[in-house]
Amino acid sequence: MRPPLMSLRCAAMLFTALVATVAVAQDKPKRVTPDKPPELTTKIVYLTKDYQEPPPLSLVDKEVDDKGVQGARIAVDENNRTGRLIGQHFELLEALLPPDGDPVAKAKELIGQGHGLILADLEAKDLLAVADLPEAKQAVLFDVRTSDDILRQEQCRSNVFHIPPNWAMRADALAQYLLWKRWRRWVLIVGKSEADQGYAAAIRRAANRFGAKIVEERPYTFEAGQRRTDTGHQQIQTQMPMLTQGVPDYDVIVVADESDVFGDYLLFRSHEPRPVVGTHGLVAVAWHRAFEEYAGTQMQNRFERIAGRIMLERDYTAWLAVRIIGEAVLRTNKNTPEDVRAYILSEKFEVAGFKGQGMNFRHWDLQLRQPILLAGPRALVSISPQEGFLHPKFLTDTLGFDQPETKCRLAADAAQGSK
Amino acid sequence: MRRLLIAIALPFLACTPASADLLFVTNEKDNTVTVLDSKTLETVKTIPTGRRPRGLAITPDGTEVLVCVGDDDRVDVIDTEKLEVVRSMGTGPDPELLDIDNAGEKVYVANEDDGYVTVLELKTGKVLAEIEVGVEPEGMGVAPDDKTVAATSEATSMAHIIDTSTYEVLANILVDTRPRVSIYTHDGKQLWVSAEIGGTVAIINPDTYKIEHKLTFEIPGVRPELIQPMGIVFSKDGKQAFVAIGRANRVAVIDTATLKTTNYILTGQRPWHMALSPDGTKLYTANGLTNDMTVIDVATLKPEKSVPVGRLPWGIVIKPQ
Repeated sequence: MRPPLMSLRCAAMLFTALVATVAVAQDKPKRVTPDKPPELTTKIVYLTKDYQEPPPLSLVDKEVDDKGVQGARIAVDENNRTGRLIGQHFELLEALLPPDGDPVAKAKELIGQGHGLILADLEAKDLLAVADLPEAKQAVLFDVRTSDDILRQEQCRSNVFHIPPNWAMRADALAQYLLWKRWRRWVLIVGKSEADQGYAAAIRRAANRFGAKIVEERPYTFEAGQRRTDTGHQQIQTQMPMLTQGVPDYDVIVVADESDVFGDYLLFRSHEPRPVVGTHGLVAVAWHRAFEEYAGTQMQNRFERIAGRIMLERDYTAWLAVRIIGEAVLRTNKNTPEDVRAYILSEKFEVAGFKGQGMNFRHWDLQLRQPILLAGPRALVSISPQEGFLHPKFLTDTLGFDQPETKCRLAADAAQGSK
Repeated sequence: MRRLLIAIALPFLACTPASADLLFVTNEKDNTVTVLDSKTLETVKTIPTGRRPRGLAITPDGTEVLVCVGDDDRVDVIDTEKLEVVRSMGTGPDPELLDIDNAGEKVYVANEDDGYVTVLELKTGKVLAEIEVGVEPEGMGVAPDDKTVAATSEATSMAHIIDTSTYEVLANILVDTRPRVSIYTHDGKQLWVSAEIGGTVAIINPDTYKIEHKLTFEIPGVRPELIQPMGIVFSKDGKQAFVAIGRANRVAVIDTATLKTTNYILTGQRPWHMALSPDGTKLYTANGLTNDMTVIDVATLKPEKSVPVGRLPWGIVIKPQ
C-alpha cells in the first residue's frame, strides 16, 4: 500500500494541476471553427486485399500493414477540412480484404450499393477483373498500386486511371539522368519474377530510346537470400562479384528486382566499382522520405504526425487519388462517377501533389503525368524529366508512353480531346 | 508586405535621403536572417534564429522584425537596433507567414501544418484567437483599415477573409491551385491572390468576395508549368504591381489600371518574396535557388545587381534608417 503521505502529495499535485487547468481554460484563446453543415457527401471506396508481399530486403525498412490506405485516410481528412467551408463531406469506405478475400465480389457488392468512386489497391489481375465487371462500367477506378506497363498499353481500360508511374516512366526517368551524366553503358541484372521481367523490358526500351547501350544482360539465378539471416553477408560477398564479373566495360549496373530479393546486395559488392540504379540504389519513384521540395516537407510532417511512420509511395498515390476526387467535387460541386470523370478529363483539371506543377491525365491511356523523383538510399539525387529532353506539349510526356507509341485503344468516350 | 510600405514611408519622410536602409532577409536553410545595408549592399550582420525561418514582417514603428521559425513553432522577434533576437512568441505548429496590423497591435500568423490562423498580441505575445481555415494556410495580408485580414490555404485553394474584431471567417473564396500570397491594394479596394500551381493572380473585390479579374502570364520561351506566381508588391504610387514568377526566374510588372503585364524582369532563380525600398525606387527579390537577392531599379525596370545572402532566401523586409 502506498503511504498516506504520497496520496496527500498526489492530491495536492492534482489540485494544483486542476487550478492551473482552470486558469488556462479561462484565458484560452478564442477558437473559431467555421463549420458549414454538409450538403453534399461523397463516399470513396478503398479496395485492397492482404496480398502476400515479401518483407522488405533491408531491415531499415519497416514492415507496414496499412500501406496506401493511410494516405487515403489523410487525404479524406484534408478534403473534409476544405469541404466543411463549403458544405461538402467526404467518407472513406475501407474494404480491406484478408488474403483469401475476393476483391471482385466485394467490388460488385459495393458498386451495387452505389459506390462508384474506388481506389483500387489491387494487383494487375484483380484490377482488370474488377474493371471488367459489367457493374464497373460507370465506375471510376483509381489504380494506386501497379506499375505494369501492359495496364497502360494493350490491357488499358477506360474506367481505370493510373496514379503510380509505370515501369516505362520510371526507366525513362532514370535513363534521362544517366544520359545527362553520360553514363551510357549499362549492365542489366534481372531477377526471376514476372515483375522483374517487366521492369527489364522497360529498361531495354529506355536504352533504345535515349541511345544508351546495354553491354550485357545477366539473370540473377542464385536462390534469393532471406531478410533475416545470421550468416548472410559472407555468401553474398562472394555471390555478387561473381554475378558481375567478366562483362565488357560499363558505367552502371541497372538492376531489375521488383520483388526486392537481391537488389540491395549489389551495392558496394559488384566486381567493378560501379553505381547501382534501377529498382535499388538510385531509384525512380513518385515519393520518397528524402524529398522536401515544393512544400513536400509539409506533407511528410503531416503524414508522420498522424500515421506514426514515414509516407511510402503507395501512401502518396492513394493520397493523391483522393485529392483528385476532392479537387473534382470541390470545383464542380458534383460527385457522381460520371461527373468526376468528366472533370478530370477536362481542360480545367489539374492537381497539386508537391511536384512543383499541376498534374493531369494522359487522355490516351489515363496515366497521370508527373515528374519523377530519383532518390538514392538516403537522399534525393534529381528529378526527371531532365533539362534538354523536350516535348511540344508536356515535358513529362518524355517519360513513358507518349501518344504516338500508345497501344492503348480506349472506348471513344474516354479519348475525348488530345490532351 | 504592404504593411511594409506604410511602415517605412512615414518615418522615411523625416529622414535624409542619403542614409541607408537595413534589409532583413530570411535564409530558410541556414536558420539565419541576413541584414544588409541598402547603400553598400554589404552584409551588416547575420543573425541566428530558430529553425526554418521564412515569413517576416516589420512593426509599424520599425523597432522590431518578426520572423516565423516554422520548425520551432514560434515567432522570433529581432530588435532592429541591437540586431539580435530579443524575444520569442509561441504560435502553435509550423508558422510560415505573418502580417502585423497597421495599429501595431495584432499579429496574424499562418500555421501551415495545422490549418489555422493564430492571432497574437504584438506587445505580449499572448494568443488572442485561433481561427480554423483550410489545409496548409500560407498567405496573410491585413487590410489598410485593419478591419479584415486575408489568408490563403494552399492545399484547399482558397482565400479566407477574416473579420479582425470577431475573428469570424466572412468568406471562403475558391481560387486557382495552391494560392500563396494575399495582399490588399493600398486603397483596400482589391485583394490580390497569387496561385503558384494555377499560374494566375486572382483580383478579388473584398466587399462582394467575387473574383473580378484573373491575371495570367505568358512568357516567350518559358514553359507554362514554370509560370508560378508567388510574391506580390505594389509600387509606392500603386500604379504598378510586381509579381514574382518563381520558377520562371522573373518578376512580372503589371499596370494596375489596365491589368496588363507590361514587362518581365529577369532575376536570380526562383524569386519568392520581395520588398520595395522606402522611397519606392528599388525592388528587392529573395531568390531561393541561387541564394541571392536581385536589386531592381523601379524607374528603368532593370535588374541592377545580384547580392549573395544565405541559403534558400525566402523573404525580405526593410527598415528605413
